[in-house]
Amino acid sequence: MSYFIDRRANAKHKSAVNRQRFLDRYRTHIKRSVEEAVNRRSITDMQHGEKVSIPTRDISEPVFQHGQGGHRSIVSPGNREFDEGDRLRRPSGGGGGDGSGEGGASNQGEGMDEFAFSLTRDEFLDFVFDGLELPHLERKQLMDLEEVKPVRAGISREGVPSRINIVRSMREAQARRIAMRAPIRRALREAMEALEEEECKDPVLRNPSRIQELKDEIERLEKRLESVPFIDTYDLRYNNLVNQPTPSNKAVMFCVMDVSGSMTQSHKDIAKRFFLLLYLFLERNYEKVELVFVRHHTAAKEVDEEEFFYSRETGGTIVSSALTMVDDIIHDRYPPADWNLYVAQASDGDNWDDDSTTCREILSKSLMRQLAYFTYVEITPHAHQALWEEYEAVEADFPSRFAMRQIVEPGDIYPVFRELFRKVEA
Amino acid sequence: MSKTRKTPIATGSDWNFEVIAEFEREIARLADEYRLDTYPNQIEVITSEQMMDAYASVGMPVGYHHWSFGKQFLSVEQAYRRGQMGLAYELVINSDPCIAYLMEENTLMMQVLVMAHACYGHNSFFKGNYLFRTWTDASSIIDYLVFARKYVAECEERYGVAAVEQLLDACHALQNYGVDRYKRPSPISAEEEALRQAEREEYLQTQVNMLWRTIPLAGQGLDEDAQDDSDDPLGLHRAGRYPPEPQENLLYFIEKNAPLLAPWQREIVRIVRKLAQYFYPQRQTQVMNEGWATFWHYTLMHRMFDEGLVDEGLILEFLQSHTAVVHQQPFDSPYYNGINPYALGFAMFTDLRRICETPTDEDREWFPDIAGSDWLETLHFAMRNFKDESFIQQFLSPKVIRDLKLFNVIDDDQDEMLTVAAIHDERGYRRVREALSVQYALSVREPNIQVYAADIRGDRSLTLRHVQDRRRPLEKSVYPVMRYLHQLWGFTVRLESIEGDEVARRYQWPLPNEGAPD
Repeated sequence: MSYFIDRRANAKHKSAVNRQRFLDRYRTHIKRSVEEAVNRRSITDMQHGEKVSIPTRDISEPVFQHGQGGHRSIVSPGNREFDEGDRLRRPSGGGGGDGSGEGGASNQGEGMDEFAFSLTRDEFLDFVFDGLELPHLERKQLMDLEEVKPVRAGISREGVPSRINIVRSMREAQARRIAMRAPIRRALREAMEALEEEECKDPVLRNPSRIQELKDEIERLEKRLESVPFIDTYDLRYNNLVNQPTPSNKAVMFCVMDVSGSMTQSHKDIAKRFFLLLYLFLERNYEKVELVFVRHHTAAKEVDEEEFFYSRETGGTIVSSALTMVDDIIHDRYPPADWNLYVAQASDGDNWDDDSTTCREILSKSLMRQLAYFTYVEITPHAHQALWEEYEAVEADFPSRFAMRQIVEPGDIYPVFRELFRKVEA
Repeated sequence: MSKTRKTPIATGSDWNFEVIAEFEREIARLADEYRLDTYPNQIEVITSEQMMDAYASVGMPVGYHHWSFGKQFLSVEQAYRRGQMGLAYELVINSDPCIAYLMEENTLMMQVLVMAHACYGHNSFFKGNYLFRTWTDASSIIDYLVFARKYVAECEERYGVAAVEQLLDACHALQNYGVDRYKRPSPISAEEEALRQAEREEYLQTQVNMLWRTIPLAGQGLDEDAQDDSDDPLGLHRAGRYPPEPQENLLYFIEKNAPLLAPWQREIVRIVRKLAQYFYPQRQTQVMNEGWATFWHYTLMHRMFDEGLVDEGLILEFLQSHTAVVHQQPFDSPYYNGINPYALGFAMFTDLRRICETPTDEDREWFPDIAGSDWLETLHFAMRNFKDESFIQQFLSPKVIRDLKLFNVIDDDQDEMLTVAAIHDERGYRRVREALSVQYALSVREPNIQVYAADIRGDRSLTLRHVQDRRRPLEKSVYPVMRYLHQLWGFTVRLESIEGDEVARRYQWPLPNEGAPD
């Protein structure tokens, strides 16, 4: 006797819990792999998962086993040249396998020293951004109450038919039926008892009019019992929705980069990675992230991504032109009340000397008041110049919303990024 | 062809439920002709992801949560993605009804093959083989698994995931030593299990308390050799060793005797132990079980072809798949991964049939009892009454040794060179057979370790004894395992490796103060 069951519609990912337990247990190992991967990977592939390897010995499940040595006898298949009594040199790297027939159709280990597996994209990014936090995420929550989201808020007596809560309505109906029928039932029971008592009496003592009266009463009560409605409009309950103001889910990220002659392609690649990390990070925190690319030499220009990273310009550097442009764009398109504003600036530190003070003024007077966060990375192995010093003054004024770090080589990007967004212990 | 040829049930590689149901009926009819007695089949059609889930839980349709299953899942997933592994072949659960999985991506041929292999091959083995009959209770396993999962989940809620995980790690390390090898366990039933569980918790605890009560009983310690000892005038240490006999079931001993375990911890030790017991027969019958199932899918598919129920395309596809499964890599191949149980088992059952049907003089000399006998009867007899070790001992024929070119090498650490002790020739057959049989004996594959003594009147330390087999030492993993054992026992644990009458090595956890493990 056999029967077939189609289980294809059943939930998959039955192992999700076990998988997560495994990832949690080897968190430190996986984190190390992920960090290496972030530094190694080309920028465009940040969106994929990652293959992670953990040394097998670190995750082995130990059992009592025989070790090397002693006297062992091994039977193997596929003899071609040996004859009884042949003496063989012991192969290096431990015996010819003990061939005890372990493993069924497949063997996962394959004698690898590394246990390799793949993280999904989400898991990968979880590890990348583990322990990081956006500064001032809460700021916008207070300011804009315009965006609302309907949320369930209990049960109400009024509502539209599509929101009827059937279970609750039926429960109410049943309660009402019980409550309304109880007194009728009681009266009915009393009437029946009285009738029975009357009928049990000696025929001589019976009171026919009383019997008729009781019978009428019973009939009337039964009718009333029947007329209690099964469900009444009074019983209906609706799922209640209220509009709850939600914090703004929109963010805009301004990528500001110096493209003057002194910025080489490798500088730009480093900057690009930094921007990308920031973008991914913002993307995980906001539903919608818009990107604005502003590049500058002596004059600033808003460009698309391709041009931003790959076209070359020459000439001098005036940083304030870009900052002014950002300020204008914010003013025109991204009212600070609706948007969480982030600026990431990358440069090699060159600037016209007198321009650096102008930059500080723009930042302190206008920009910093609107931004959620400003990050500045200086990609240079050399000593800092005037811009850095001026920015240090800004950092002193806005310590919680302004951050700057120096990057010398690609390997610094991830550590610097982590440092910038480290979770602040309360 | 004596029988009238029928038309094929279906052609091509697409399948649907009507078609596989019809194939299933035909297979059932043929299996019945061969007297394959099975549990009812519950055939579940699932997706490849669900198949990976099923693989990851080591063949338990419902399992408690543990990271090691997650590890298993990740490695299965990785292998599957790289295409190293066809998930298709089979996964079948020794339960009543017997649950088998068909993957929806499989071709029609694969579905038919898996049904023949799992639903009639493995299924009849589960129902017929003496080990399964003795050690497992197919009707209650699913219920028990559900109970176990619920219980572990409750413990996680109550005592924290970390605490439960720690405990399970320790139990898993010892689960191969959680079986009664000789004594038949009482059947496990979930309802009873749940009903009696609370009761048992209390009872167990009182038992343990009894054992650890330090008041000496009057009348003890009066044996002759326990004369008066000035250090122990009351005879507290003279009551003899506990346990009086060495205990092979480590987890059982811990469940009943570990002094500090809480009742819920004892219950979890018990769950791991019960499941280890359930899988115990499978570990001992790999060659037979796979061989039997492979023999029957081969036979049944050919019968269906002979009757015209499957067309040539399907049988060719089948043969290709079958050949890959029973292929044995030679020992010097880079892909060699031990003896393929499918290959060896299939070769032996096929040869057994040949010995019965067309015996040669050699067969008559080697197998006087079965040469020329009724093959079906003989195969059923072999399936029912043996495990790998004894099956090989009894039925490995010279022809199979020759076909697989088996040879026996002796590797002795006191000898600089390896010696070829026997090959597939007249003088070697018996020795190869003997050696291969020993190779499959669980008692030889796993170190023989038993509980020797628990010092219940002294420092509460636990001593295990490892009886060395042919001077083979323990692997380094002995230290982490000892650490787990120490977690469970709560006091010092010792392990002595015995060679002859002497203690060859001693291990201890926690490590003695000076000196690190070498």
